[in-house]
Amino acid sequence: MNSRITSIASNTFREAIRDRVLYNLIAFAVLMCGSAILVGQVSVGIERLVVINLGLTAVSLFGTVIAIFIGIGLVSKEIDKRTLYTVLSRPVQRWQFIVGKFFGLVGTLVVNTFFMAIGVFAALLWVSKHFQAADGWLFVAVYFIVLQFLIITALALLFSSFSSPLLSAVFAFSLFIIGCFADDLRGFAGGAQGIVHWLATSVFYLVPNFSSLNVISSVAHGQPVASAIVLANTMYALVYSAMALCGAVLIFERRNLK
Amino acid sequence: MKPSRAVTLTASAILIICLLSSAAMLRVLDHMRHTGTQQEVLYLSSPRILKRLSLGYTGLLADIYWTRAVQYFGARHYAKANTYELLAPLLQITTELDPHLTVAYEFGANFLAPKPPDGAGMPQAAIQLANYGIRNNPQDWHLYYNLGFIYYMELQDYAHASEAFAKGADVPGAHPFLRIMAAEMAQHGGELRMAQMMWITAYQSSGDEDVRANAVTHLRALQVDEDVTNLEGMVSLYRQHTGRLPSNFSDLQTAGLLKEIPVDPLGQTYKLMPDGGVQVRDPDNLPFITKGVPPGYTPPPPKFLPSD
Repeated sequence: MNSRITSIASNTFREAIRDRVLYNLIAFAVLMCGSAILVGQVSVGIERLVVINLGLTAVSLFGTVIAIFIGIGLVSKEIDKRTLYTVLSRPVQRWQFIVGKFFGLVGTLVVNTFFMAIGVFAALLWVSKHFQAADGWLFVAVYFIVLQFLIITALALLFSSFSSPLLSAVFAFSLFIIGCFADDLRGFAGGAQGIVHWLATSVFYLVPNFSSLNVISSVAHGQPVASAIVLANTMYALVYSAMALCGAVLIFERRNLK
Repeated sequence: MKPSRAVTLTASAILIICLLSSAAMLRVLDHMRHTGTQQEVLYLSSPRILKRLSLGYTGLLADIYWTRAVQYFGARHYAKANTYELLAPLLQITTELDPHLTVAYEFGANFLAPKPPDGAGMPQAAIQLANYGIRNNPQDWHLYYNLGFIYYMELQDYAHASEAFAKGADVPGAHPFLRIMAAEMAQHGGELRMAQMMWITAYQSSGDEDVRANAVTHLRALQVDEDVTNLEGMVSLYRQHTGRLPSNFSDLQTAGLLKEIPVDPLGQTYKLMPDGGVQVRDPDNLPFITKGVPPGYTPPPPKFLPSD
């Protein structure tokens, strides 16, 4: 059973590499080199901060775009090419197909993030000539970005399990943006009363909370992240992505593929 | 020639021509926009809205706004502008997006406080910015120092300056000079000594090369002001004793008023003018000096000499 999921995951990973997904690393490298060289010329005293803020923001956004655009096509492409029927005619269950696809794309994103993180650290070393102890917190920010990818990938798969690629992209991007406003949503719910309060609170708990996974700005200033937050965020991301993945499996199990 | 080769050549030629033409058009457009009467506008002035639009990536947006503020100040300063309308809003947005961006408080307050054309001439806005920075970063003594600096330099408000330096001195790891400055302020101390102390502190406490070079430039200017005051005092003493003005510095040496021929911080000898005034030989390379310049002298835009 596990070997089937592993096979589908490794095939998804290979397919993503063949689709030249990692080409984004070139754009990222140019961005990092450019910012590291140029910011010192046009601004004052923020060379290190820009490398960290721009680098980690780019890691996050590049990865999000990849997760959504590849995630939405994972199921529909297999249906369009009719390769899905070949896969499902073998002893592979539908849920294994979805879970395998999920791990394959997450693996691609982890590899991509790993190389981008190396780029961020290299640019940081180039700008500041040496690392500081507080730079260790950047690993936490990168880890949180990977957790964010888990959720987005699961959501993209969920939408692609019942919708067209275009609509799936719209849904996934919308949910990403709403998730970035999660803290504002909670604030709004706190200020509202009656049914609006309950509605806003429900939406707050339903949408993914990406605000708590974004610690880029604080780690850029060397501020520590409490281990309890790391643990809680890990649990949250695992539970939320498992929930979305289960939704995708449930829908895909019932989908008429004829 | 094969048809495909002809297409390749034609398309390549058109591509290059179009690329060059678009660059040329852009230059024309740039020129038109510069010479036009376009007003600088901050399309989004609400930090709260910008914070939301950043989708949580506030750090990067703050860096962008800080760079905008630096560029705006630099451009206006270079143009010797007398107004800096967008500077305070840009700094407010920057610091609300990232309240821990201390560089924006340190430099921003020093952009806002001095009178035009050196700054925006908005010391109250500078104080507000510095206080906002202190509220968000109470453990950073540089911000208290900055606040005291503005109170002292721009407002000559010794009581508030002393208070700011004293609070800064209480912060763990603060520069020891802060305590001395607080005491000097409390006594309304000697201005020249105070200013020298401040620039020495700025030099010692900053790792930024531009800040250090700026401090050195100001220290040189203070040295010139002090030298010129002392030398002109000696000239007037010589006149009282002999009834005439000295023709050169050797006369002052002969009279025992001067040990050696004085030189400015750049190593050039001072000029003794026929009216008894003392001038530097190269005022363009000694920005910020207030004494020792020829009458009617207009200084060029300030440039920072490399620090020693």
